[in-house]
Amino acid sequence: MDQINYHVHNLAQTYNGRLILQIDRLDIYRGEILAIVGPSGAGKSTLLRLLNFLEQPANGYVTFEKSTLNGIVPALEVRRKVTTVFQNTVLLNRSVAANVAYGLKVRGEDKKMIDRAVAEALERVGLGKMAQQPARTLSGGEVQRVALARALVIQPAVLLLDEPTANLDPYNVKLIEEIVAEVNREKSVTVVLVTHNVFQARRLAHRTALLLEGRLVEIAETAAFFNNPTDPRTTAFVRGDMVY
Amino acid sequence: MNDLTQGLIQAVQLIFSFDPNLYSVIALSLYVAGISLFFSTLVGIPIGAFLGLTRFPGRRLVMALLYTGMGFPPVVIGLFVYLIFSRSGPLGQLGWLFTPRAMSVAQMIIAFPLVAGFTMAAVMSVNPNLRQQLRALGATDWQATVAILTEAKIGVVVSLAAGFGAVISEVGAVMLTGGNIAGKTRTLTSAIILETQKGNFDLAIALGIILLILSFLTNLVMTRLQGREAHR
Repeated sequence: MDQINYHVHNLAQTYNGRLILQIDRLDIYRGEILAIVGPSGAGKSTLLRLLNFLEQPANGYVTFEKSTLNGIVPALEVRRKVTTVFQNTVLLNRSVAANVAYGLKVRGEDKKMIDRAVAEALERVGLGKMAQQPARTLSGGEVQRVALARALVIQPAVLLLDEPTANLDPYNVKLIEEIVAEVNREKSVTVVLVTHNVFQARRLAHRTALLLEGRLVEIAETAAFFNNPTDPRTTAFVRGDMVY
Repeated sequence: MNDLTQGLIQAVQLIFSFDPNLYSVIALSLYVAGISLFFSTLVGIPIGAFLGLTRFPGRRLVMALLYTGMGFPPVVIGLFVYLIFSRSGPLGQLGWLFTPRAMSVAQMIIAFPLVAGFTMAAVMSVNPNLRQQLRALGATDWQATVAILTEAKIGVVVSLAAGFGAVISEVGAVMLTGGNIAGKTRTLTSAIILETQKGNFDLAIALGIILLILSFLTNLVMTRLQGREAHR
């Protein structure tokens, strides 16, 4: 787990002149699960969008493997190694299977391979029998499971999770967490999990970082982060105290 | 009421008489409407999609111009096209005036804002987060745009129906740019005007009924294009 996947240096993002994110340095290692916790508006989702090359930083750079994002859009094949499961998933108005197949179709994979991979991915998230169901008929938990299936089917090197289980029932939370842990363990997929649920970070992550007002306050092994935080703001956040 | 009944009977008789003059008028009406709709779609859908998906300075102004175009009087567009293609106009040397080409150009200008405007509205109604999520799945900008247009297809087909409805029923611009020449530029609408002026109300009504049937059949095909989702 010591090979660096991402190297973030002097990264800054602004929206309408307002500084949203300012990270001096952050290394993300191949095959780790890194949880990024923090209150709403801390810049967590912005960081994920930058890690997925979905927007350009105002300053600084993100190096992913050998590609650097510093104003130049990375090559498509580099961008396609990373994917995100968003908090508010938007599915296409098609069948469940067609939604899961989308990422493979845009890569030009052949139909046989797509059918097989989609069936496997849906089985994995427990929706094998719902393949032909219209996506708009799914419950919230099922939508997030389809979102996870459509992300996993493309076999990403990096899986970015933006509050993937917010507002879900305990059954769906457990199921999604188990799949994420499994994929990380079996395929060494790097996972960056953004959550405001400290318990989830504690359950899943190898390392945990606190992001506050766009700045990285502390990053440490998860056990140390929760048991022996070095920054008083981390202590307050872990305790559930207000830290705004 | 008597004229209406007579018109209905004559419409049926006309359709089954297979009169070549009638069918040439129908063919020309469909040809001019089809050509103008084809080109306005070719330009209107990409522009509508672009306006619906992107933000740039002056976008509101472009949108206001488009909305104005949606309500622009067709006869004014006809006059504009007439002046352009008239002998002393900038494109007079093309010799398009009083031909189906000039009629198609006028109708394309009429249909374009409707196609672009309704496409823009349809694209804007798709969840704005979808584009980012499709890109996160590895879609290129083009692939994501195609997926969004497919999501908006009910509205996009409405844009085509609106464009077709505007051009097939239009008469002012067609008369000005085509001249209503028998066997050459006479369409169903200009024939209706002519027969009404001649006092042949039953024939005018019969032509009107044929026009309505054509419009209905075309829209029936378009509703098929919208797919099953539109009818749930």
